[in-house]
Amino acid sequence: MRDVVIIGAGMTKFGELWTKSIRDIFVEAALKAIEDAGVEYIDSMYIGSMSPGLFVEQEHIGALMADYLGITPIPATRVESACASGGAAFRQAFLEVASGASNIVLAGGVEKMTDAEDVTAALATAADQEYEVYQGITFPGLYALIAKAHMHQFGTTRKQLSDVAIKNHRNGSKNPNAQFGFEITPEQVMNSTMVADPLRLLDCSPVTDGAAAVIVASVEVAKNIKKDFVKVIASAQASDTIALHSRESFTTLGSVVKAAEKAYRMAGIKPKDVNLVEVHDCFTIAEILVSEDLGFFEKGKGGEAVENGLTSIESGKIAINTSGGLKAKGHPVGATGIAQIIEVYEQLLGKAGARQVKNARIGMTQNMGGTGASCVIHILEGK
Amino acid sequence: MKNVARYQREIPQRYRLEAGKCTSCGYIAFPPRLICPKCKSKNFETIKLSDEGKILTFTIIRVSAEQFSKQTPFAVGIIELNDGVKITTQIVDTELDKIEIGKKVKIVFRKIQEDGHAGILCYGYKAIML
Ligand SMILES: CC(C)(COP(=O)(O)OP(=O)(O)OC[C@H]1O[C@@H](n2cnc3c(N)ncnc32)[C@H](O)[C@@H]1OP(=O)(O)O)[C@@H](O)C(=O)NCCC(=O)NCCS
Ligand SMILES: [Zn+2]
Repeated sequence: MRDVVIIGAGMTKFGELWTKSIRDIFVEAALKAIEDAGVEYIDSMYIGSMSPGLFVEQEHIGALMADYLGITPIPATRVESACASGGAAFRQAFLEVASGASNIVLAGGVEKMTDAEDVTAALATAADQEYEVYQGITFPGLYALIAKAHMHQFGTTRKQLSDVAIKNHRNGSKNPNAQFGFEITPEQVMNSTMVADPLRLLDCSPVTDGAAAVIVASVEVAKNIKKDFVKVIASAQASDTIALHSRESFTTLGSVVKAAEKAYRMAGIKPKDVNLVEVHDCFTIAEILVSEDLGFFEKGKGGEAVENGLTSIESGKIAINTSGGLKAKGHPVGATGIAQIIEVYEQLLGKAGARQVKNARIGMTQNMGGTGASCVIHILEGK
Repeated sequence: MKNVARYQREIPQRYRLEAGKCTSCGYIAFPPRLICPKCKSKNFETIKLSDEGKILTFTIIRVSAEQFSKQTPFAVGIIELNDGVKITTQIVDTELDKIEIGKKVKIVFRKIQEDGHAGILCYGYKAIML
């Protein structure tokens, strides 16, 4: 396989973008990425999007976006893996360049959620429609089942869940693209509406519009275009049962463990070598589980770790969700995996401003769909 | 559940808790499947699941999809039935603060939702506390 690098990135602000359509936001992000990379052409394009059909009644957005970007007839394909669609799209672009089939590929993601009438029902299609959703369970509900189990088994506390949200809002307050650029207090978390016990509104990622795009290229091609780039040193993906109830354990995400093992092996590194990671904190409990399943903390100790500040930007241990995470940056589902890549890319270039992790050299992204039925992990290395 | 055929396909498992038991390794698939995930066998016999079990985890849904909004707040849990099969189901006929991990439940037949589109009532299993 050839070495693959990221040479440019662009994203829209995340939030409720009432005046902009799905095609407007994708084109905005893609153009920024193309201009940032300084490329004259791209060979093909992959777009992660969970459900434009349910959110805005539009399928076939590969061709739509190629058309509105003015780059037909290049191949353009939508990739779907629920909330992991963006990560999966990036992986396709990586594999296409690594294989030698293309030199320069755009990997993007987009979701326009605020146009939808019943967002909760649309999101629930990432779970087992006939045997989970039929009973009335929601996405916050499924992660609440995980949270209850983790609290019961390991003594994870309500305060530790809040600490995840508070940290991520603190990081998000330093991110100009975040949907919620403000800090929150423990009292605000505890006074926010209960959504699915024990998860409150401020434990949840929000409903978001947004798009993000990056340009990947072979290292030979990149050297002639850019002097600053970031290398992709691992790409791994794994699956698990669609229904949470079919798993042996509700407190370990098997797809995360499996994808992480593969990614560490491919990169030839260990968890302790990673300086920062963007994890899929669709709900606060998810960040705690994933920080354990990626090997940063022992199983059951993820809650304590955040409580003790080990996951903050300044900690020097492992900075988790410096962008604000899905919680504060926002979670336009299909765009999330690409936005995670962008955060790590900027960190490794030293361009993360007030959120900069000192001496960041290796960063990771962990993007998952459903209750972890899909997980995509990438590891990036700066110079 | 926008379509009658789609609804009818699921009736044996939703109404009668019918599952497929792998004849080579004994794994019980609920709902029934074509391939055993444990031993890859394609041979199953139809069995009826146990209608008693215990709560492994649960939550109270307070913000639901529109389809269920009249029922909120309601409890949903994962129940481990006595034969080891796990299912996601509502836990009903109880005060919500009585529900606890480890408590015993019985599976009963109930209306689950009313379908606005095809006008059919949708039934299935729910759990009650023992
Ligand atoms: C939690 C949730 C149900 C809240 O939706 P809602 O009850 O419709 O909330 P509203 O849109 O009425 O918002 C009420 C207020 O809270 C704010 N808000 C909404 N969600 C928020 C969140 N997650 N975090 C912080 N603030 C939030 C809104 O900005 C609004 O503030 P305002 O009154 O100042 O304008 C919704 O955000 C949700 O479903 N989140 C989960 C998304 C999800 O499942 N994603 C997939 C994960 S895999
Ligand atoms: Zn078998």
